[in-house]
Amino acid sequence: MDMKVAKKLGLKERYTLMTRDLAWDTTYQPMDKVFPQTRYEGIKIHDWDKWEDPFRLTMDAYWKYQAEKERKLYAILDAFNQNNGHLTVTDARYMNVLKLFLGSTPPLELMAARGFSMMGRQMAGAGPRVACQMQAVDEYRHFQTQIHSISNYNKYYHGMDEFAHQQSRMWYLSDGKSFFDDAITAGPFEFMVAIGFAFEYVLTNILFVPFISGAAYNGDMAAMTVGFSAQSDEARHMTLGLECIKFMLEQDPDNLPIVQRWIDKWTWRGTRKLASVGMMMDYMLPKRIMSFKEAWEIYFEQNGAALFTDLARYGITIPKCFAQTIEEKEHVTHQSWIGFYMKPDATPFHTWIPSPDEMDWLSEKYPNTFDQYYRPVLEYFDQQEKAGNRFNNQTQPMNCQVCVSTIKFNEPGDPMEMCFRETEYQGEKYHFCSDHCQEIFENEPEKYVQTFISSHQGLQGNCEPEGTDVNAPDYRPGARMREYWRMDPRASGDFNGSEDQKNFAQWRDQATKN
Amino acid sequence: MASHAFIAFQKNEESRCIVEAIVEDNPGAIVSDQPAMVKVDVPGQLVIRRATVEDKMGRAFDLQELQLHLITISGHLDETDDEFTLSWNA
Amino acid sequence: MTLLKTLADYDFPSRDALENYQGRQLLYINWEKHRMFSRPFVLALPPDTPFAQIIDQHMAGCFSYHPDWAQIDWHSVQWLNGRTPFTPDRDKSLRDNGIGHKDLIRLITPGLNGIAGSGY
Repeated sequence: MDMKVAKKLGLKERYTLMTRDLAWDTTYQPMDKVFPQTRYEGIKIHDWDKWEDPFRLTMDAYWKYQAEKERKLYAILDAFNQNNGHLTVTDARYMNVLKLFLGSTPPLELMAARGFSMMGRQMAGAGPRVACQMQAVDEYRHFQTQIHSISNYNKYYHGMDEFAHQQSRMWYLSDGKSFFDDAITAGPFEFMVAIGFAFEYVLTNILFVPFISGAAYNGDMAAMTVGFSAQSDEARHMTLGLECIKFMLEQDPDNLPIVQRWIDKWTWRGTRKLASVGMMMDYMLPKRIMSFKEAWEIYFEQNGAALFTDLARYGITIPKCFAQTIEEKEHVTHQSWIGFYMKPDATPFHTWIPSPDEMDWLSEKYPNTFDQYYRPVLEYFDQQEKAGNRFNNQTQPMNCQVCVSTIKFNEPGDPMEMCFRETEYQGEKYHFCSDHCQEIFENEPEKYVQTFISSHQGLQGNCEPEGTDVNAPDYRPGARMREYWRMDPRASGDFNGSEDQKNFAQWRDQATKN
Repeated sequence: MASHAFIAFQKNEESRCIVEAIVEDNPGAIVSDQPAMVKVDVPGQLVIRRATVEDKMGRAFDLQELQLHLITISGHLDETDDEFTLSWNA
Repeated sequence: MTLLKTLADYDFPSRDALENYQGRQLLYINWEKHRMFSRPFVLALPPDTPFAQIIDQHMAGCFSYHPDWAQIDWHSVQWLNGRTPFTPDRDKSLRDNGIGHKDLIRLITPGLNGIAGSGY
């Protein structure tokens, strides 16, 4: 008997059958009622079926590959723990990168998970719905693997244990929190542009690639492996973001100005957020992999140019902030480090002045700016520290109303001038770090008048640890912020003289001698 | 100058074979070795062919398996059973 | 005109409205071309605070760490409130010097441009 063998379905067909073909348009209730958030932003979608699924992972493939990633990840974490891997890092200053990075990132991964769950529920089309929901699961994995990777270091080093409490309170974490709060309180399409596109596609490479390579270069297998494991999911996330952009732009020409405004806004907000990541690369990695300037050139200027050249066919133009980011790439990391260095009592991680060799590396990597603007003040700080007069700026910061960075960036075109912008709204003054943040505010002021600025909240008396008597004669609002933040005093202060420094030296000695 | 499509992998024995396949199938491929990772740029379009990877690896290979090693990509993606293609149209 | 799109009425008070500060107002202070201090600092002070206190206590308390502070010729300094030049009277209050809630006061010390003239 002749058996007619049907040709095996291709990947695209299999995926379509297993996802969107299982969906239906509701009839008992209108689709608009079941998916009530798809119109209010002004985005027009005429045909959800035009969505192209970029990665086509059905659940059998998804779990197979994710399980394999998890097995490999935890095998490496186990080996790292068993081998006292923390003692093989280049030097103990490196731990402070982890305190900053692992303190700030997991809560943001969790917000991404929540956001994609929320947006997945709101997407009327099955294609993006499935992709969003799978991204949410990925983000839960990232959040949890990062927490797991904290646990080993937390046994040995101070300042890593209060990230959950600090993420909504700590002064230098409010920029990241505000970024995700802004995105998650936007509508589903703006969220997709903010996180799926601007962050995941345009900017994520800066966050992970050079940084995680840096972890590898500094002997930190644990962070490296967690980072790379997460990155393998990021490629799928990138394609979701890019597809969302293409989809909106192809659905209706009226979507173009809305999408352009979101691209401009979120590329800028992401740029501001990444300044401290650049600072970690330039100042906190004992063995540096590349400068932030170089990373920006590869992953933003070149890669971004490729992307926006491609999107030009839809009428998309390069983000407004592009030129300014190129000028600023030579400044922001140094400005950020000065801002942290001068607050030794207000960070649960140590800071320090770079060694002469490290300063020379910075001179070489930043030939236009480092020796002229930053070396003199850093050398001054170093002299003062050696004379027993380490800088400790006790004052509270001024922050941008939109990005919540401390206001410390250059006036464009003038590296000696600080950039100040302000506007008045309903009789009250608001301050910004840049034209771009001012424009974001002026477009949606109702949102940003609610910004949580830590120094202001302290001065209002909203940041008091439990048991504070606000009626005591010597009560001063915000005077006990460190306790409110649950800052471990052993984790703060200069690296020189810290317990971390002493312990690491002692343990490494023990590991290599009898 | 054409925009570069690129792909980056963790460095391991599997990705070594994938990179070899890319280099063979994409004239103009530029390989960049970095700590723990390897990045391949190709002007315009980068294609990974399953048959070539299997040839280098000496075993059957499902292209989706490359996700285990993948770090990042650049370009519009088209994924089929036989080819994984990244491209910039401009 | 706002571009904000919402699902329902959206009207929330400013988090930093004057009434949240128990009779005090916010004041930001910057010393131009002395970016060693990274960013302006913020205080909450009663509006009748004498300007002398701003200089002698708050600014000195922070800025005296910089070697330029002791070199300042107070007869040649200039002041800005935001972008507007003004000449504060030491003996008058913030209010009487025209300094309102969330104003940014900027001190300019001509000839003193930070460590090695770097602006820091």
